[in-house]
Amino acid sequence: MFEPLQYEFFVRGLIAATMVGALCGLVGVYIVLRKMSYIGHGLSHAIFGGAVVSYVMGFNFYIGAGIWGFLSALLINATTRQKRFIAADAAIGIITTASFALGVALISRYRTFTRSFDAALFGNILGVSDNDLYAILGVTVMTFLAVLLVYRRLLFTTFDPEVAPFFGVNTAWIDSFFSLILAGAIVVSLQVLGATLIAASLVIPPITARLLTDNFNRMITLSVVIGASCGFVGIYASYYVDIASGASIVLVAAGAFVLAMIYSSVRGRIETIRGVAARSQVGSPASSQALVD
Amino acid sequence: MLHPRPHDTTGSDFIVEFRDVTCGYDGAAALADVSLKVYRGDFVGLVGPSGAGKTTLLRTVLGSVDVYRGEVLVNGKNTRSSRPAAGYVPQLETIDWNFPVTVEQVVLMGHASEGWLPWHGKQVRDRAYSIMEQLGIAHLGKRQIRALSGGQQQRTFLGRALLSSPELLLLDEPTAGVDIKTRDDILHLLDKLNHEGVTVLMTTHEINAVAAHLPWVICVNRTLIAEGAPSDVYTPEILERTYGAKMTVVQHEGMTLVAETPHQIGRSARHRHQKIGSAS
Repeated sequence: MFEPLQYEFFVRGLIAATMVGALCGLVGVYIVLRKMSYIGHGLSHAIFGGAVVSYVMGFNFYIGAGIWGFLSALLINATTRQKRFIAADAAIGIITTASFALGVALISRYRTFTRSFDAALFGNILGVSDNDLYAILGVTVMTFLAVLLVYRRLLFTTFDPEVAPFFGVNTAWIDSFFSLILAGAIVVSLQVLGATLIAASLVIPPITARLLTDNFNRMITLSVVIGASCGFVGIYASYYVDIASGASIVLVAAGAFVLAMIYSSVRGRIETIRGVAARSQVGSPASSQALVD
Repeated sequence: MLHPRPHDTTGSDFIVEFRDVTCGYDGAAALADVSLKVYRGDFVGLVGPSGAGKTTLLRTVLGSVDVYRGEVLVNGKNTRSSRPAAGYVPQLETIDWNFPVTVEQVVLMGHASEGWLPWHGKQVRDRAYSIMEQLGIAHLGKRQIRALSGGQQQRTFLGRALLSSPELLLLDEPTAGVDIKTRDDILHLLDKLNHEGVTVLMTTHEINAVAAHLPWVICVNRTLIAEGAPSDVYTPEILERTYGAKMTVVQHEGMTLVAETPHQIGRSARHRHQKIGSAS
């Protein structure tokens, strides 16, 4: 159990995966409830384009990719607002794939690249440096604080975006703020999970939490706990089973989802049976007599 | 039957005033040349066919529709310069009923733009529960919104609109999709609020419910067609201009009601009108 903890790279990976799991669990709740599940997948690819551009231009990876992701998210929001008949999924499809294609074009154009972008695509938990860890910690803390600060406004904008402005909520500002949070979360998750697996970490924990509760506050808490637990367990599992860390985290999360599905179905059946039993009792002669009395 | 406050046009205390307003979306006018006044304490029904601009008119009062000409005043202030303090209940068909929020959380959204803490203070929560008590939904506070009846759902969103103690309440089809008993309950509830001093402006497709309960009605169809007491406004001529179809008006227990006139196939529509006329 404690054997892998003797390796410094493993401890760094474990901390990073747990924090990224909690972060994706938090941000993912809003993504799922806004019916934008595809944005995690799309934006992580868009940011891959930004990562390549920042490398070519000689920018810091986090700043370059972060700004690129933020601008992509803003562009998606602006497109759907400007032309209401363009649905969010279509806007995501256009903007993020174009950005990804730009990254691929740049890689094929400048073939003298010395850097491998495999980690950005598939994640590399073993390669988490101290600087990566600080970046993840900083973004995670700031995201939690930011969400707490706009909690009520973000909830209203997510639930009823058309009506929220009539109650004094500046939805355009809140949406831009959320785009910034989302871009930050994806950029720091890229190293751990990779562009191809981020979407799952943004979607599975909140959906699993949704199966377990009808209360928004509880859904947020559960999603964060599930996300962090899957990150932690996933890294441990990857050490013992010897599989890629990103895949391991996602498979653990998928397992949690299946368990929640089974629990939710069983609970639903029990409630149905209880409801039928209660109704049949109300309809029985004894209870009818009681009602008359 | 309700006993609404009489519509008083003698004063000059308007809460809403449209001055020759043309408004719409993306450069296209949805309503043109509208001039009207809603007096403080009024209970007004806004009727017209689908696409007539009823929702646009409500949202123009809220300042969210582009005004191309004229001006809209709420409490004497132009809606361009200041956000009007009005409670708004939208059409409930746009709500995502699977969203994981409880009745209490929806009502508290009425206070979402005040303060920066993630939770609400005791005073606000007490006020929310006092309103929910008044609306008869306090015992449902922890229930998810899908697990409510149509009337309870309507009351929940009414509660959200009332949390900021608005003087003006705008409702978009509050009686749509509910049974007659629930519709009656909702109208009585609005009547009670109106007696407590809240000005109510609501859109509806139920023109007879307006005739039975409300003292003032506004007919719109891309422009203002007419306004007045239902007995004055519900005439075949005005209704035809509003709905673009011939309608029959009958008198029943002192109320002016609109009878449904299906398209006549193989029968004389005129003969049918005469029969209804003689029956009344």
